[in-house]
Amino acid sequence: MPETTQLNVNGRTREVEVPPETSVLEVLRNDLGLTSPKFGCGLGLCGACTVLLDGRPTYACDTPIEYVGTAEIETLEGLGTEDAPHPLQTAFLDLQAGQCGYCVSGILMNAAAFLRANPRPTRDEVAAALDRNLCRCGTQQRFIDAVLLAAERSG
Amino acid sequence: MTTGLPPSLAANPRLSTWLAPHPDGTFDLRVGKVELGQGIVTALTQIATQELGLRAGAVRPVAANTEISPDEGVTAGSLSVTFSGAAVRRASAEVRLLFLRAAAARSGVSPDEITFSDGTFAAPGGRPYGYGDLVDNVDLDIEAGDEALAVAFLPIGEATSMSRVDLPDKIFGRPRFIHDLTFDEMLHARIVRPPGMGAHLLGAPVDEVAGLPGVEHIVRDHDFLAVLATREGLADRAAARLAAGATWTDTEPLPDSSRLPDWIRSQETESSPIRKDGAVHGTGSTTMSRTYSKPFVAHGSIAPSCGIARFAGGRLEVWSHSQGIFPLRAATARALGLEVEDVIVQHVEGAGCYGHNSADDAAFDAALIATHVPGRHVRVQWSRADELRWEPFGPAMIGDVTATVGDNGRVSDWTYDASGNGHTARPGYAPAHGLLSDAHRAGVDRVPPAIDPPPARGYGSARNAEPTYDFARMDITTHRLLAMPIRSSALRSLGAHLNVFALESFMDEIAEATGQDPLAFRLAHLTDPRARDVLTTVAEAAGWGSPTAEGVGRGISYSRYKNRGSYCAVIAEVEAEEAVHVTRLTIAVDVGRVVNDDGVRNQIEGGAIQSTSWSLLEQVAFDRSRITSTDWEAYPILRFSDAPRVDVHIVSRPDEPPLGAGEATQGPVPGAIANAIHDAIGVRVRNLPFTPANVVAAIDEA
Ligand code: FES
Ligand code: FES
Repeated sequence: MPETTQLNVNGRTREVEVPPETSVLEVLRNDLGLTSPKFGCGLGLCGACTVLLDGRPTYACDTPIEYVGTAEIETLEGLGTEDAPHPLQTAFLDLQAGQCGYCVSGILMNAAAFLRANPRPTRDEVAAALDRNLCRCGTQQRFIDAVLLAAERSG
Repeated sequence: MTTGLPPSLAANPRLSTWLAPHPDGTFDLRVGKVELGQGIVTALTQIATQELGLRAGAVRPVAANTEISPDEGVTAGSLSVTFSGAAVRRASAEVRLLFLRAAAARSGVSPDEITFSDGTFAAPGGRPYGYGDLVDNVDLDIEAGDEALAVAFLPIGEATSMSRVDLPDKIFGRPRFIHDLTFDEMLHARIVRPPGMGAHLLGAPVDEVAGLPGVEHIVRDHDFLAVLATREGLADRAAARLAAGATWTDTEPLPDSSRLPDWIRSQETESSPIRKDGAVHGTGSTTMSRTYSKPFVAHGSIAPSCGIARFAGGRLEVWSHSQGIFPLRAATARALGLEVEDVIVQHVEGAGCYGHNSADDAAFDAALIATHVPGRHVRVQWSRADELRWEPFGPAMIGDVTATVGDNGRVSDWTYDASGNGHTARPGYAPAHGLLSDAHRAGVDRVPPAIDPPPARGYGSARNAEPTYDFARMDITTHRLLAMPIRSSALRSLGAHLNVFALESFMDEIAEATGQDPLAFRLAHLTDPRARDVLTTVAEAAGWGSPTAEGVGRGISYSRYKNRGSYCAVIAEVEAEEAVHVTRLTIAVDVGRVVNDDGVRNQIEGGAIQSTSWSLLEQVAFDRSRITSTDWEAYPILRFSDAPRVDVHIVSRPDEPPLGAGEATQGPVPGAIANAIHDAIGVRVRNLPFTPANVVAAIDEA
């Protein structure tokens, strides 16, 4: 049965009326029109759906909204815009990091959380952090370079 | 048809099909090629922008649609920049000259008095006209090829790199993919597939599921079973309930996955001689024979396939991330008994596509279901498990090769046989049942066996089967299986993946057996200067011949894709301890004239890393009745920590025609890795992938 749930998304309070076991991914994409997190596997194995829950990278595909409570949800829409981009977004554009780009949203969110905790990472640390995400197009090298570039510029 | 026009333009000669000018001086560009994540639309937009003499941003690409776009067939085979690029360039040049004529008429001078610079046309001392000023004076609804235009192309400057037109949306999280598309009252459909091919539906809890929350409709047609619901999550739950309660007959048996080469050899085949010089073996100083193999490999797009359709008033609209919207339209119309004109297919980007995956199947699923609920938009999204179980895989293959080497250390005779399923099962390849759900609703036991593309399209099994080395006599034959228990079709580079791996591994084995340096041995059999250049370039860049660190092996490999496309040489560095780890790939490519430098690099890097993943990890797993590798744990792909550094060196050929880059590395990479493994630990691994199990088996056999 649908129930009313309040969610904190990108700094705003949003209300949805959906079954409580609905995934965060479905609510964001289909009820709130925030389509940046992607469905890839639905099993917590690819990272395409990664959003931040109170700053922690989380697989939105297998997280039901009933578990979210008052936690702050952050999606790529809230990270930055073309006019006010996050340093990661600037670095990704500068290095043209992306082929199909389907994995990019999850990678950016994961990287954003990672850089907050570790602003001056080594290459190996970036790679290890991004092991939560899969990229089938083989863009790994550019993504790692772009995260390092963003870190360097923010340093 | 005008002679001398690029084939794509000759087939779609109306200039207005390609370019539509706006009063603000910008253009819409319509091409029949589609964005698959490879950046082709950016490259074609760049060509049009340059040839119209405009600034970046003034030409906007429009997504392909069967109603308005030129029919350019399928986007595949690394041909887009060559063929579509030539058409776009020619069409753009003609359009520019038609505007120049109009400027001359407005200025009252002859066309040769008009100068064109910075996007404007001007008579001496006269007022300058931009494209926008002349829109009403030019009719583009005419055919290309007017001889009087005396088409001359603008000089091409340095290879530039226009930024990808699609990346900003993806980096700022704006809707762009087909998965993000939504319509009012859209229904979400989920398909309940059989456990495997040939299993027929006996029963399903249709009445029970029809009463579940949100469920609007259930479609059952022989072995095709689908549920429609108002929400995705509700559709998932209903489908899971249907699947749990459905009963099926047994599947058709699958081969023994631990003995794929034996299975291939036991099958009935159709043999095709590719070249027959009458090779003679046993007469030289050395004759060697080896067999190499590859398993079934998945496309494994990071997004599952998606299709949307609406059927209303006898017309069917379809949204798809297909590689070929026109062939999909024809096959859909045929399967559903509609007129082709009553089907419209609109391309919308999906996740990266590396060949014929299940995009067309998902589009057909949506179309089929939409005919049951007229007026409603139906969105089908495959599950990850269905994607990894039902997509058409790159087929398993074996390559048997024998070579005879003369006293001079040169190969004189070479015999190669490649065997496996065919490499294309695209919509329309068979008269019926090629689209998955069309097979399921017909209740057939197996889909028709895949075929091989003809020589003009670069072959399938035979792609790169013929070495480009200067051997005196070569006999090359392919053997295509006539049954297809495991659905297979085109995967990036088709047969070239196994063929180049076999050829380049064997070249190393011969060099070793005859005491020659692998690089020098290859160069001794190559007279084509472009082939030699990529090899010497890569050797210098990677320090070929210098000592490697303890435990590190280095291997080299080379091919010319399709024997007429890009040249590519690769040097791999690997560490082989518990598992094989590729630390670095140094790559030299010659792709002719480079249209978009960064686009080429991105494609080469991506292709190389993907091919490393195929080489080290990938094989579709199955038992005797069904595919079992249905998630990313059972079908692992390369992760960030395991991705090699890739250094790309482009050998510039500004005066040669552009050649595609997308598939150039797929074959050379496993060759270079195999040769590097041998250099590191002295073992020849001849069966892909280079998993610890296959490495250990190779050690045991040695
Ligand atoms: S879609 Fe959530 S991890 Fe794959
Ligand atoms: S860019 Fe396509 S999956 Fe990563």
